[in-house]
Amino acid sequence: MKEYVLIFRMSNNADFRPTPAQMQEVMTSWTNWMGSIAARDKLVNSGNRLGIKEAKTVMSGNVVTDGPYTEVKEFINGYITIRSNSIEEAVEIAKGCPMLNGGGKVEVRGVVTPEDFSG
Amino acid sequence: MEKQQLIPELYRKEYSKMVTVLCSRLGITFIEAAEDIVSDTFLTAAETWGMKGVPENPAAWLYTVAKNKAINYLKHNRVIEKQLKSDPSHSSDQSFEMEIDLSPQNITDSQLQMMFAICHPLIPPEAQVSLALRILCGFTIDEIASALLTNKGTINKRLFRAKEKLRTGNVKISFPESTAIDARLQTVLITLYLLFNEGYYSASPDKVLRKDFCLEAMRLALLLAEHPQTRKPGVHALLSLMCFQASRFDARITQSGDLVLYEKQDSSLWDTDLINRGNYFFVKASATGEISRYHVEAAIAWWHTHQADTREKWENILRLYNQLLIIEYSPMAALNRAYAFSRVYGKEKAIVEAESLQLSGNLFYHSLLGELFTDIDDAMAIWHLEQALTLVGTQPERAVLTARLSTLMDAMNR
Repeated sequence: MKEYVLIFRMSNNADFRPTPAQMQEVMTSWTNWMGSIAARDKLVNSGNRLGIKEAKTVMSGNVVTDGPYTEVKEFINGYITIRSNSIEEAVEIAKGCPMLNGGGKVEVRGVVTPEDFSG
Repeated sequence: MEKQQLIPELYRKEYSKMVTVLCSRLGITFIEAAEDIVSDTFLTAAETWGMKGVPENPAAWLYTVAKNKAINYLKHNRVIEKQLKSDPSHSSDQSFEMEIDLSPQNITDSQLQMMFAICHPLIPPEAQVSLALRILCGFTIDEIASALLTNKGTINKRLFRAKEKLRTGNVKISFPESTAIDARLQTVLITLYLLFNEGYYSASPDKVLRKDFCLEAMRLALLLAEHPQTRKPGVHALLSLMCFQASRFDARITQSGDLVLYEKQDSSLWDTDLINRGNYFFVKASATGEISRYHVEAAIAWWHTHQADTREKWENILRLYNQLLIIEYSPMAALNRAYAFSRVYGKEKAIVEAESLQLSGNLFYHSLLGELFTDIDDAMAIWHLEQALTLVGTQPERAVLTARLSTLMDAMNR
């Protein structure tokens, strides 16, 4: 078993104003998805949500920009760590991520261990 | 009280207290000596009372005799005397005039300290349960073997090895340091929960004995809940969980020892007094906002104290199983989650969830899939129930599976 980090990327969608019922649905689909990974004993770490308001990007040459954006209007808003036999299996798990229903993307990245420098 | 019952009842109530107090006074090395002294005291009682009649206060009589026997044991055991001498806190004069404090406070403290000694990380969990049943609860070897569906020899061996480990590991009968108490308490709670489950899920036909196991686990948890050093949210949560579960004890087993499935239970047999106590402890457990696996399990058990099937109920149970699995994986929780999933989203979606668990070869996995495939694909349901039947260990479970299988077969042939 190898560990993979699923990184959730979002872009700003100012038009999206969910109703409380929609928000409840979003929450339920997240806990169900996380629960289904945990139920297969594949959840390594339930990760973190990353804030958007308090976000700066530090670059060389003492340059600090506002915001978490990696590209134009795209930012990482969270991650979890899972374990799976292969990147293909990790991708299958990522396909169930509720982030995808809201216009987001999930990046799947293998965790580099001391035994494996291939990155 | 029937005279024939007097000694067994005193034995159950007082044996463990007496052993524990003597042991905490003498040290864990003398655990077997303490057990011998107390057994010998009961033998003396049986003989003396049989000849001269039962004293007015039999328990006090036992305590006095045990105390005298312990002092004699120390007087005549020079090896021990030497050991006590080398320990500056026990001069030899004191050892002859030793005080054995049998006050209720000291009995409680000794039991709690013994609980921590027995639930030491050095001792395998299985052995912790047997030791707790013997030393803390005073069950006889026969009773332990019968409830754990094994023989006396196995239990004796298990106890012997565990005591050996307590001795060689020089485990102290004392409260852990305050910095270590939370971590050590976790092991204690796991063992008490195992002890409770041994009673609750045991296939032993002796229903009274099984209930006694549950009640003893609850008594020990209550000792923890009432002591200032161990009065923690996790303890209250476990106690609350035990109360909710135990409330269904009488409803889930018939007099002849058959299992009654939750949906078919007569909820008028549920013990409302225990449910109320469970609520009380759950409120106490929630005071700090800390959430342990026992909090989540107690919340699930609370929803099960409401038999009416509402969407709200199953949505909450599913959410709680999600939360429980994120805290700690277990195959049983994963299977229960899949069942809750079926109650919220239907059998077809739940089959996908259940099959992804890859728990082939697990009795409850096949039993669950047998249930989920029923009315969806009866041939698959039958296949899974047949798999389950090859794995089932106990008669009451076998009876439940066989009944389901024959209903399905009848439906197929019609």
